Amino acid sequence: MEKIIITVVGKDTVGIIARVCTYLADNGINILDISQTIVQGFFNMMMIVDAKEAKVSFDEMTGGLNAVGEQMGVRIRCQREEIFTKMHRI
Amino acid sequence: MITRFEVNETNQMIEHENLDVRTITLGISLLDCVDVDLERLNEKIYKKITETAEELVATGQAIERDFGIPIVNKRISVTPIALVGGAACTCPEDFVTLAKTLDRAAKAVGVNFIGGYSALVSKGMTKADEFLMRSIPQALKETDFVCSSVNVGSTKTGLNMDAVRLMGEMVVKTAEYTKDTDCLGCAKLVIFCNAPDDNPFMAGAFHGVTETDAIINVGVSGPGVVKTALQAVRGADFEVLCETIKKTAFKITRVGQLVAQEASRRMGIPFGIIDLSLAPTPAVGDSVAEILEEIGLERAGAPGTTAALALLNDQVKKGGVMASSYVGGLSGAFIPVSEDQGMIDAVTEGALTLEKLEAMTCVCSVGLDMIAVPGDTPAATIAGIIADEAAIGMVNQKTTAVRLIPVIGKGVGETVEFGGLLGHAPIMPVNRFGCERFIERTGRIPAPIHSFKN
Repeated sequence: MEKIIITVVGKDTVGIIARVCTYLADNGINILDISQTIVQGFFNMMMIVDAKEAKVSFDEMTGGLNAVGEQMGVRIRCQREEIFTKMHRI
Repeated sequence: MITRFEVNETNQMIEHENLDVRTITLGISLLDCVDVDLERLNEKIYKKITETAEELVATGQAIERDFGIPIVNKRISVTPIALVGGAACTCPEDFVTLAKTLDRAAKAVGVNFIGGYSALVSKGMTKADEFLMRSIPQALKETDFVCSSVNVGSTKTGLNMDAVRLMGEMVVKTAEYTKDTDCLGCAKLVIFCNAPDDNPFMAGAFHGVTETDAIINVGVSGPGVVKTALQAVRGADFEVLCETIKKTAFKITRVGQLVAQEASRRMGIPFGIIDLSLAPTPAVGDSVAEILEEIGLERAGAPGTTAALALLNDQVKKGGVMASSYVGGLSGAFIPVSEDQGMIDAVTEGALTLEKLEAMTCVCSVGLDMIAVPGDTPAATIAGIIADEAAIGMVNQKTTAVRLIPVIGKGVGETVEFGGLLGHAPIMPVNRFGCERFIERTGRIPAPIHSFKN
Protein backbone atom coordinates (compact mmCIF):
# COMPACT_ATOMS: atom_id res chain seq x y z
CA MET A 1 0.00 0.00 0.00
CA GLU A 2 1.35 3.43 -0.95
CA LYS A 3 -0.85 5.96 0.75
CA ILE A 4 -1.04 9.52 -0.45
CA ILE A 5 -3.03 12.34 1.09
CA ILE A 6 -4.74 14.68 -1.35
CA THR A 7 -6.07 17.98 -0.06
CA VAL A 8 -8.24 20.31 -2.08
CA VAL A 9 -8.91 23.85 -0.89
CA GLY A 10 -10.64 26.67 -2.74
CA LYS A 11 -13.87 28.29 -3.81
CA ASP A 12 -16.72 25.79 -4.04
CA THR A 13 -17.98 24.97 -7.52
CA VAL A 14 -19.96 22.13 -9.06
CA GLY A 15 -18.03 18.96 -9.87
CA ILE A 16 -14.75 19.32 -7.92
CA ILE A 17 -14.97 15.84 -6.40
CA ALA A 18 -16.12 14.37 -9.71
CA ARG A 19 -13.17 15.81 -11.60
CA VAL A 20 -10.62 14.68 -9.00
CA CYS A 21 -12.17 11.19 -8.77
CA THR A 22 -12.23 10.84 -12.55
CA TYR A 23 -8.53 11.66 -12.74
CA LEU A 24 -7.78 9.11 -10.00
CA ALA A 25 -9.91 6.39 -11.60
CA ASP A 26 -8.35 6.98 -15.02
CA ASN A 27 -4.91 6.51 -13.53
CA GLY A 28 -5.54 3.44 -11.40
CA ILE A 29 -5.44 5.21 -8.05
CA ASN A 30 -7.78 3.75 -5.44
CA ILE A 31 -9.66 6.02 -3.01
CA LEU A 32 -9.64 4.75 0.59
CA ASP A 33 -11.29 7.64 2.40
CA ILE A 34 -12.88 10.98 1.60
CA SER A 35 -13.95 13.71 3.98
CA GLN A 36 -15.20 17.05 2.81
CA THR A 37 -16.69 20.20 4.27
CA ILE A 38 -17.58 23.77 3.31
CA VAL A 39 -16.24 26.48 5.61
CA GLN A 40 -17.58 29.98 4.85
CA GLY A 41 -18.11 29.13 1.18
CA PHE A 42 -14.70 27.49 0.87
CA PHE A 43 -14.42 23.93 -0.26
CA ASN A 44 -12.10 21.81 1.91
CA MET A 45 -11.54 18.16 1.07
CA MET A 46 -9.13 15.51 2.22
CA MET A 47 -8.72 12.21 0.44
CA ILE A 48 -6.62 9.21 1.34
CA VAL A 49 -5.69 7.19 -1.73
CA ASP A 50 -3.62 4.12 -2.47
CA ALA A 51 -1.27 4.62 -5.42
CA LYS A 52 0.26 1.14 -5.40
CA GLU A 53 -1.35 0.19 -8.71
CA ALA A 54 -1.09 3.69 -10.19
CA LYS A 55 -0.33 4.00 -13.90
CA VAL A 56 1.55 7.27 -13.25
CA SER A 57 4.46 8.28 -11.01
CA PHE A 58 3.99 10.46 -7.93
CA ASP A 59 5.34 13.50 -9.78
CA GLU A 60 3.03 12.91 -12.76
CA MET A 61 0.06 12.50 -10.44
CA THR A 62 0.92 15.76 -8.66
CA GLY A 63 1.26 17.51 -12.01
CA GLY A 64 -2.00 16.04 -13.33
CA LEU A 65 -3.99 16.99 -10.26
CA ASN A 66 -2.45 20.46 -10.19
CA ALA A 67 -3.73 20.93 -13.75
CA VAL A 68 -7.22 19.77 -12.68
CA GLY A 69 -7.03 22.21 -9.74
CA GLU A 70 -6.07 25.10 -11.96
CA GLN A 71 -9.03 24.46 -14.28
CA MET A 72 -11.42 24.39 -11.30
CA GLY A 73 -9.82 27.35 -9.46
CA VAL A 74 -8.87 25.26 -6.41
CA ARG A 75 -5.52 24.29 -4.89
CA ILE A 76 -4.71 20.58 -4.89
CA ARG A 77 -1.82 19.18 -2.88
CA CYS A 78 -0.44 15.63 -2.86
CA GLN A 79 1.72 14.49 0.02
CA ARG A 80 2.91 11.06 1.06
CA GLU A 81 1.13 9.92 4.19
CA GLU A 82 4.26 9.59 6.33
CA ILE A 83 4.59 13.32 6.98
CA PHE A 84 1.26 13.18 8.83
CA THR A 85 1.64 9.82 10.56
CA LYS A 86 5.15 10.70 11.78
CA MET A 87 3.95 14.01 13.15
CA HIS A 88 0.70 12.92 14.72
CA ARG A 89 1.23 9.29 15.75
CA ILE A 90 3.75 7.91 18.22
CA MET B 1 -6.35 6.66 9.90
CA ILE B 2 -5.15 10.25 9.61
CA THR B 3 -7.90 12.83 10.12
CA ARG B 4 -8.65 16.00 8.24
CA PHE B 5 -7.87 17.99 11.39
CA GLU B 6 -4.36 16.54 11.53
CA VAL B 7 -3.71 17.11 7.85
CA ASN B 8 -4.89 20.69 8.15
CA GLU B 9 -2.73 21.29 11.21
CA THR B 10 0.42 20.11 9.43
CA ASN B 11 -0.32 22.08 6.28
CA GLN B 12 -1.20 25.16 8.31
CA MET B 13 2.23 24.91 9.96
CA ILE B 14 3.94 24.67 6.57
CA GLU B 15 1.94 27.36 4.80
CA HIS B 16 1.39 29.97 7.49
CA GLU B 17 3.84 29.32 10.33
CA ASN B 18 7.07 28.85 8.34
CA LEU B 19 7.55 25.20 9.27
CA ASP B 20 10.42 23.88 7.22
CA VAL B 21 13.44 21.67 7.39
CA ARG B 22 16.23 24.19 7.61
CA THR B 23 19.01 22.05 6.23
CA ILE B 24 20.08 18.65 5.02
CA THR B 25 23.82 18.69 5.58
CA LEU B 26 25.95 15.99 4.05
CA GLY B 27 29.09 15.40 6.08
CA ILE B 28 32.01 14.15 3.99
CA SER B 29 35.31 12.91 5.34
CA LEU B 30 38.29 14.21 3.37
CA LEU B 31 40.87 12.28 5.39
CA ASP B 32 41.37 9.85 2.51
CA CYS B 33 42.32 12.76 0.24
CA VAL B 34 45.43 13.67 2.25
CA ASP B 35 48.46 14.09 -0.01
CA VAL B 36 51.83 15.84 0.20
CA ASP B 37 51.31 17.34 -3.24
CA LEU B 38 49.05 20.39 -3.13
CA GLU B 39 47.77 20.08 -6.67
CA ARG B 40 46.88 16.42 -6.22
CA LEU B 41 45.22 17.20 -2.89
CA ASN B 42 43.03 19.82 -4.56
CA GLU B 43 42.02 17.38 -7.28
CA LYS B 44 41.18 14.63 -4.81
CA ILE B 45 39.08 16.97 -2.65
CA TYR B 46 37.11 18.21 -5.65
CA LYS B 47 36.49 14.68 -6.87
CA LYS B 48 35.46 13.30 -3.48
CA ILE B 49 33.00 16.12 -2.79
CA THR B 50 31.41 16.24 -6.23
CA GLU B 51 31.04 12.45 -6.42
CA THR B 52 29.65 11.99 -2.89
CA ALA B 53 27.27 14.95 -3.08
CA GLU B 54 26.20 14.54 -6.69
CA GLU B 55 22.64 13.54 -5.77
CA LEU B 56 22.23 15.74 -2.67
CA VAL B 57 20.30 18.66 -4.14
CA ALA B 58 18.10 16.49 -6.40
CA THR B 59 17.29 14.17 -3.49
CA GLY B 60 16.38 17.12 -1.28
CA GLN B 61 14.07 18.49 -3.97
CA ALA B 62 12.41 15.10 -4.49
CA ILE B 63 11.70 14.81 -0.75
CA GLU B 64 10.24 18.32 -0.76
CA ARG B 65 7.85 17.31 -3.56
CA ASP B 66 6.84 13.99 -2.00
CA PHE B 67 5.98 15.33 1.43
CA GLY B 68 5.14 18.94 0.64
CA ILE B 69 7.63 20.22 3.17
CA PRO B 70 10.17 22.89 2.17
CA ILE B 71 13.82 21.97 2.70
CA VAL B 72 15.42 25.38 2.69
CA ASN B 73 19.10 24.48 2.39
CA LYS B 74 21.19 21.63 1.12
CA ARG B 75 24.72 21.89 2.43
CA ILE B 76 28.01 20.08 2.84
CA SER B 77 30.39 19.85 5.77
CA VAL B 78 33.89 18.43 5.44
CA THR B 79 36.73 17.31 7.69
CA PRO B 80 38.51 20.32 9.25
CA ILE B 81 40.76 21.49 6.44
CA ALA B 82 43.72 22.15 8.75
CA LEU B 83 43.96 18.36 9.18
CA VAL B 84 43.45 17.59 5.49
CA GLY B 85 45.93 20.20 4.23
CA GLY B 86 48.58 19.78 6.92
CA ALA B 87 50.90 17.67 4.79
CA ALA B 88 50.65 19.74 1.61
CA CYS B 89 50.33 23.34 2.78
CA THR B 90 53.46 25.20 3.80
CA CYS B 91 51.98 28.69 4.04
CA PRO B 92 48.57 30.37 4.47
CA GLU B 93 48.31 30.96 0.71
CA ASP B 94 48.44 27.20 0.09
CA PHE B 95 45.37 26.80 2.28
CA VAL B 96 43.53 29.47 0.26
CA THR B 97 43.79 27.18 -2.80
CA LEU B 98 41.91 24.52 -0.81
CA ALA B 99 39.21 27.06 0.08
CA LYS B 100 38.79 27.85 -3.60
CA THR B 101 38.50 24.15 -4.42
CA LEU B 102 35.79 23.75 -1.77
CA ASP B 103 33.95 26.73 -3.26
CA ARG B 104 34.20 25.31 -6.75
CA ALA B 105 32.95 21.89 -5.60
CA ALA B 106 30.03 23.49 -3.72
CA LYS B 107 28.99 25.39 -6.83
CA ALA B 108 29.32 22.29 -9.00
CA VAL B 109 26.86 20.28 -6.89
CA GLY B 110 24.52 23.22 -6.27
CA VAL B 111 24.66 23.56 -2.47
CA ASN B 112 24.57 27.03 -0.92
CA PHE B 113 27.25 26.62 1.75
CA ILE B 114 30.17 24.33 2.47
CA GLY B 115 31.54 24.24 6.01
CA GLY B 116 34.75 22.85 7.39
CA TYR B 117 37.39 25.43 6.57
CA SER B 118 38.26 24.81 10.16
CA ALA B 119 40.91 24.16 12.77
CA LEU B 120 40.50 22.40 16.11
CA VAL B 121 42.95 24.09 18.44
CA SER B 122 41.37 23.83 21.88
CA LYS B 123 44.69 22.98 23.50
CA GLY B 124 47.38 23.88 21.00
CA MET B 125 47.99 24.88 17.40
CA THR B 126 50.05 22.89 14.93
CA LYS B 127 51.86 24.84 12.22
CA ALA B 128 49.12 23.80 9.79
CA ASP B 129 46.40 25.01 12.18
CA GLU B 130 48.07 28.38 12.42
CA PHE B 131 48.52 28.66 8.65
CA LEU B 132 44.85 27.89 8.16
CA MET B 133 43.76 30.40 10.79
CA ARG B 134 45.94 33.10 9.24
CA SER B 135 44.53 32.28 5.78
CA ILE B 136 40.88 32.75 6.83
CA PRO B 137 40.51 36.45 5.82
CA GLN B 138 41.91 35.80 2.34
CA ALA B 139 39.96 32.55 1.96
CA LEU B 140 36.66 34.19 2.87
CA LYS B 141 37.39 37.12 0.59
CA GLU B 142 38.08 34.92 -2.42
CA THR B 143 35.21 32.44 -2.02
CA ASP B 144 31.42 32.74 -1.92
CA PHE B 145 30.14 29.61 -0.17
CA VAL B 146 32.96 28.54 2.14
CA CYS B 147 32.30 28.76 5.88
CA SER B 148 35.03 28.74 8.46
CA SER B 149 35.16 27.82 12.14
CA VAL B 150 37.81 27.48 14.78
CA ASN B 151 37.42 25.64 18.07
CA VAL B 152 39.52 27.50 20.65
CA GLY B 153 38.59 25.69 23.84
CA SER B 154 36.77 22.87 25.56
CA THR B 155 35.75 21.77 29.04
CA LYS B 156 38.36 19.02 28.90
CA THR B 157 41.28 21.12 27.65
CA GLY B 158 40.64 24.65 28.85
CA LEU B 159 41.00 27.69 26.60
CA ASN B 160 43.81 28.18 24.12
CA MET B 161 44.34 31.90 24.67
CA ASP B 162 46.95 32.14 21.91
CA ALA B 163 44.26 30.98 19.49
CA VAL B 164 41.72 33.38 21.05
CA ARG B 165 44.11 36.30 20.55
CA LEU B 166 44.86 35.26 16.96
CA MET B 167 41.16 34.88 16.13
CA GLY B 168 40.43 38.36 17.52
CA GLU B 169 42.91 39.65 14.95
CA MET B 170 41.52 37.43 12.18
CA VAL B 171 37.94 38.61 12.75
CA VAL B 172 39.06 42.22 12.30
CA LYS B 173 41.19 41.30 9.28
CA THR B 174 38.31 39.37 7.69
CA ALA B 175 36.10 42.44 8.15
CA GLU B 176 38.72 44.62 6.46
CA TYR B 177 39.22 42.18 3.58
CA THR B 178 35.49 42.00 2.90
CA LYS B 179 34.53 45.60 3.68
CA ASP B 180 33.17 46.11 0.16
CA THR B 181 30.40 43.61 0.93
CA ASP B 182 29.53 45.03 4.38
CA CYS B 183 32.13 42.71 6.00
CA LEU B 184 30.14 39.65 4.92
CA GLY B 185 33.21 37.44 5.47
CA CYS B 186 32.68 37.67 9.24
CA ALA B 187 29.17 36.21 8.87
CA LYS B 188 30.87 33.03 7.65
CA LEU B 189 33.36 32.76 10.51
CA VAL B 190 32.53 31.19 13.89
CA ILE B 191 34.79 30.78 16.91
CA PHE B 192 33.70 27.88 19.12
CA CYS B 193 34.23 26.38 22.52
CA ASN B 194 33.16 22.70 22.78
CA ALA B 195 32.32 22.53 19.06
CA PRO B 196 30.20 19.45 18.21
CA ASP B 197 31.41 17.08 15.47
CA ASP B 198 27.99 16.70 13.87
CA ASN B 199 26.49 20.18 13.71
CA PRO B 200 24.50 20.60 10.46
CA PHE B 201 24.06 24.39 10.81
CA MET B 202 26.32 26.93 9.15
CA ALA B 203 28.57 28.71 9.52
CA GLY B 204 29.95 26.32 12.14
CA ALA B 205 29.37 22.96 10.48
CA PHE B 206 32.30 20.63 9.98
CA HIS B 207 32.61 16.86 9.65
CA GLY B 208 34.36 15.74 12.82
CA VAL B 209 37.20 13.25 12.83
CA THR B 210 35.12 10.83 14.90
CA GLU B 211 32.58 10.57 12.09
CA THR B 212 32.16 7.95 9.35
CA ASP B 213 33.03 8.48 5.68
CA ALA B 214 29.80 10.27 4.77
CA ILE B 215 26.73 11.05 6.86
CA ILE B 216 23.40 12.87 6.64
CA ASN B 217 22.61 15.34 9.42
CA VAL B 218 19.40 17.34 9.45
CA GLY B 219 18.57 20.63 11.12
CA VAL B 220 14.90 21.39 11.75
CA SER B 221 13.29 24.74 12.36
CA GLY B 222 9.97 26.11 13.45
CA PRO B 223 9.96 29.11 15.80
CA GLY B 224 6.73 30.25 14.10
CA VAL B 225 5.01 26.97 14.92
CA VAL B 226 5.96 27.20 18.60
CA LYS B 227 4.80 30.80 18.75
CA THR B 228 1.42 30.00 17.20
CA ALA B 229 0.93 27.06 19.58
CA LEU B 230 1.67 29.32 22.55
CA GLN B 231 -0.77 31.95 21.32
CA ALA B 232 -3.52 29.39 21.75
CA VAL B 233 -2.70 28.95 25.46
CA ARG B 234 -1.97 32.58 26.32
CA GLY B 235 -2.06 33.25 30.05
CA ALA B 236 -1.92 29.58 31.06
CA ASP B 237 0.35 28.36 33.88
CA PHE B 238 3.91 27.10 33.42
CA GLU B 239 2.86 23.46 33.23
CA VAL B 240 0.61 24.12 30.24
CA LEU B 241 3.25 26.40 28.70
CA CYS B 242 5.94 23.71 28.95
CA GLU B 243 3.63 20.96 27.74
CA THR B 244 2.69 23.01 24.68
CA ILE B 245 6.32 23.68 23.73
CA LYS B 246 7.24 20.03 24.22
CA LYS B 247 4.40 18.73 22.06
CA THR B 248 5.19 21.21 19.31
CA ALA B 249 8.92 20.42 19.40
CA PHE B 250 8.03 16.74 19.11
CA LYS B 251 6.00 17.33 15.96
CA ILE B 252 8.64 19.53 14.35
CA THR B 253 11.40 17.04 15.11
CA ARG B 254 9.42 14.13 13.69
CA VAL B 255 9.32 15.91 10.35
CA GLY B 256 13.09 16.30 10.51
CA GLN B 257 13.46 12.64 11.39
CA LEU B 258 11.34 11.62 8.41
CA VAL B 259 13.33 13.81 6.02
CA ALA B 260 16.63 12.54 7.42
CA GLN B 261 15.63 8.90 7.06
CA GLU B 262 14.33 9.43 3.53
CA ALA B 263 17.47 11.31 2.46
CA SER B 264 19.61 8.59 4.00
CA ARG B 265 17.68 5.80 2.28
CA ARG B 266 17.57 7.45 -1.12
CA MET B 267 21.26 8.42 -1.14
CA GLY B 268 22.52 5.25 0.51
CA ILE B 269 24.38 7.30 3.10
CA PRO B 270 23.87 6.66 6.84
CA PHE B 271 21.77 9.00 8.96
CA GLY B 272 23.71 10.77 11.70
CA ILE B 273 21.68 13.10 13.87
CA ILE B 274 18.79 15.53 14.01
CA ASP B 275 19.66 18.95 15.34
CA LEU B 276 16.65 20.17 17.34
CA SER B 277 17.52 23.82 17.17
CA LEU B 278 14.80 26.42 16.80
CA ALA B 279 16.43 28.40 14.02
CA PRO B 280 14.82 31.74 13.20
CA THR B 281 14.87 33.59 9.87
CA PRO B 282 14.37 37.27 9.17
CA ALA B 283 10.79 36.48 8.01
CA VAL B 284 8.10 37.96 10.25
CA GLY B 285 6.64 35.24 12.47
CA ASP B 286 9.73 33.03 12.28
CA SER B 287 11.40 34.48 15.34
CA VAL B 288 12.69 33.14 18.66
CA ALA B 289 12.34 36.65 20.12
CA GLU B 290 8.61 36.56 19.30
CA ILE B 291 8.29 33.30 21.27
CA LEU B 292 9.89 35.03 24.26
CA GLU B 293 7.39 37.86 23.82
CA GLU B 294 4.54 35.36 23.65
CA ILE B 295 5.81 33.79 26.89
CA GLY B 296 5.28 37.19 28.49
CA LEU B 297 8.12 39.61 27.85
CA GLU B 298 7.47 43.06 26.40
CA ARG B 299 10.65 42.67 24.33
CA ALA B 300 13.49 40.14 24.21
CA GLY B 301 16.11 41.46 26.62
CA ALA B 302 13.65 42.55 29.32
CA PRO B 303 14.18 41.15 32.85
CA GLY B 304 12.98 37.54 32.77
CA THR B 305 14.45 36.89 29.33
CA THR B 306 17.15 34.49 30.55
CA ALA B 307 14.63 32.47 32.55
CA ALA B 308 12.15 32.34 29.67
CA LEU B 309 14.88 31.28 27.26
CA ALA B 310 16.14 28.59 29.67
CA LEU B 311 12.61 27.19 29.86
CA LEU B 312 12.15 27.31 26.09
CA ASN B 313 15.49 25.63 25.42
CA ASP B 314 14.83 22.84 27.90
CA GLN B 315 11.31 22.08 26.69
CA VAL B 316 12.45 22.02 23.05
CA LYS B 317 15.02 19.37 24.00
CA LYS B 318 12.55 17.35 26.09
CA GLY B 319 10.01 17.25 23.27
CA GLY B 320 12.63 16.67 20.59
CA VAL B 321 14.52 13.78 22.15
CA MET B 322 11.42 11.64 22.13
CA ALA B 323 10.95 12.24 18.42
CA SER B 324 14.36 11.00 17.33
CA SER B 325 16.74 8.43 18.74
CA TYR B 326 19.75 10.32 17.49
CA VAL B 327 19.79 13.93 18.53
CA GLY B 328 22.97 15.94 18.31
CA GLY B 329 24.62 19.04 16.93
CA LEU B 330 23.70 22.19 18.78
CA SER B 331 20.07 21.37 19.63
CA GLY B 332 18.51 24.31 21.44
CA ALA B 333 17.22 27.76 20.60
CA PHE B 334 19.34 29.98 18.39
CA ILE B 335 19.49 33.68 19.20
CA PRO B 336 21.20 35.27 16.21
CA VAL B 337 20.49 38.98 16.08
CA SER B 338 20.53 39.76 12.35
CA GLU B 339 18.57 36.63 11.40
CA ASP B 340 15.66 37.27 13.77
CA GLN B 341 13.34 40.23 13.22
CA GLY B 342 12.22 40.23 16.87
CA MET B 343 15.84 40.42 18.04
CA ILE B 344 16.55 43.25 15.60
CA ASP B 345 13.54 45.20 16.91
CA ALA B 346 14.64 44.56 20.51
CA VAL B 347 18.13 45.93 19.80
CA THR B 348 16.78 48.93 17.88
CA GLU B 349 14.46 49.84 20.74
CA GLY B 350 17.23 49.50 23.31
CA ALA B 351 15.76 46.45 25.08
CA LEU B 352 18.61 44.10 24.21
CA THR B 353 22.31 44.69 24.82
CA LEU B 354 25.46 42.69 24.15
CA GLU B 355 25.77 41.95 27.86
CA LYS B 356 22.21 40.59 28.09
CA LEU B 357 22.84 38.45 25.02
CA GLU B 358 25.93 37.06 26.75
CA ALA B 359 23.80 36.11 29.75
CA MET B 360 21.25 34.47 27.44
CA THR B 361 23.97 32.32 25.87
CA CYS B 362 24.47 30.61 29.25
CA VAL B 363 21.12 28.86 28.87
CA CYS B 364 20.65 28.29 25.15
CA SER B 365 22.53 26.67 22.32
CA VAL B 366 25.44 28.49 20.73
CA GLY B 367 26.28 32.06 21.64
CA LEU B 368 26.85 35.60 20.46
CA ASP B 369 25.61 35.11 16.94
CA MET B 370 25.42 37.48 13.98
CA ILE B 371 26.02 40.60 16.02
CA ALA B 372 27.24 43.70 14.22
CA VAL B 373 29.65 45.88 16.22
CA PRO B 374 31.40 49.15 15.35
CA GLY B 375 34.17 48.81 12.76
CA ASP B 376 36.74 50.45 15.03
CA THR B 377 36.37 47.80 17.77
CA PRO B 378 39.96 46.74 18.66
CA ALA B 379 41.06 43.16 17.95
CA ALA B 380 41.89 42.73 21.65
CA THR B 381 38.31 43.65 22.61
CA ILE B 382 36.93 41.08 20.16
CA ALA B 383 39.37 38.51 21.58
CA GLY B 384 38.10 39.45 25.07
CA ILE B 385 34.50 38.84 23.98
CA ILE B 386 35.54 35.48 22.45
CA ALA B 387 37.32 34.55 25.71
CA ASP B 388 34.25 35.45 27.81
CA GLU B 389 31.95 33.40 25.64
CA ALA B 390 34.36 30.45 25.51
CA ALA B 391 34.69 30.56 29.30
CA ILE B 392 30.90 30.24 29.61
CA GLY B 393 31.02 27.17 27.39
CA MET B 394 34.01 25.66 29.16
CA VAL B 395 32.60 26.03 32.67
CA ASN B 396 29.04 25.03 31.78
CA GLN B 397 30.09 22.06 29.62
CA LYS B 398 28.15 23.37 26.65
CA THR B 399 28.84 24.64 23.16
CA THR B 400 29.29 28.38 22.86
CA ALA B 401 30.29 30.38 19.83
CA VAL B 402 31.00 33.87 18.65
CA ARG B 403 30.10 35.28 15.26
CA LEU B 404 30.73 39.02 15.46
CA ILE B 405 30.81 41.38 12.51
CA PRO B 406 32.88 44.52 13.03
CA VAL B 407 31.44 46.69 10.28
CA ILE B 408 34.29 48.75 8.86
CA GLY B 409 33.38 52.42 8.43
CA LYS B 410 30.17 52.19 10.44
CA GLY B 411 29.29 52.94 14.05
CA VAL B 412 26.52 52.56 16.63
CA GLY B 413 23.11 53.57 15.29
CA GLU B 414 23.81 52.51 11.73
CA THR B 415 22.67 49.23 10.22
CA VAL B 416 24.25 46.65 7.97
CA GLU B 417 22.48 44.57 5.31
CA PHE B 418 23.63 41.02 4.53
CA GLY B 419 20.58 39.86 2.60
CA GLY B 420 18.82 36.49 2.46
CA LEU B 421 18.82 34.27 5.51
CA LEU B 422 21.63 36.33 7.07
CA GLY B 423 19.31 39.32 7.38
CA HIS B 424 20.25 42.80 8.57
CA ALA B 425 21.55 44.12 11.86
CA PRO B 426 21.72 47.34 13.84
CA ILE B 427 25.29 47.98 15.03
CA MET B 428 25.46 47.44 18.78
CA PRO B 429 27.69 49.32 21.22
CA VAL B 430 30.63 47.45 22.76
CA ASN B 431 32.09 48.19 26.21
CA ARG B 432 34.78 50.80 25.52
CA PHE B 433 37.13 49.74 28.32
CA GLY B 434 40.14 47.76 27.13
CA CYS B 435 41.47 44.27 27.94
CA GLU B 436 44.78 44.39 26.03
CA ARG B 437 46.97 43.35 28.96
CA PHE B 438 44.78 40.30 29.59
CA ILE B 439 44.72 39.24 25.95
CA GLU B 440 48.48 39.82 25.50
CA ARG B 441 49.25 37.04 27.99
CA THR B 442 50.40 33.89 26.21
CA GLY B 443 49.50 30.26 26.92
CA ARG B 444 46.19 28.79 27.96
CA ILE B 445 43.55 28.92 30.67
CA PRO B 446 43.53 25.52 32.41
CA ALA B 447 40.51 23.22 32.27
CA PRO B 448 38.04 23.74 35.14
CA ILE B 449 38.17 21.42 38.13
CA HIS B 450 34.88 19.71 37.28
CA SER B 451 36.33 18.43 34.00
CA PHE B 452 38.36 15.83 35.92
CA LYS B 453 35.85 13.03 35.99
CA ASN B 454 38.10 10.03 35.47
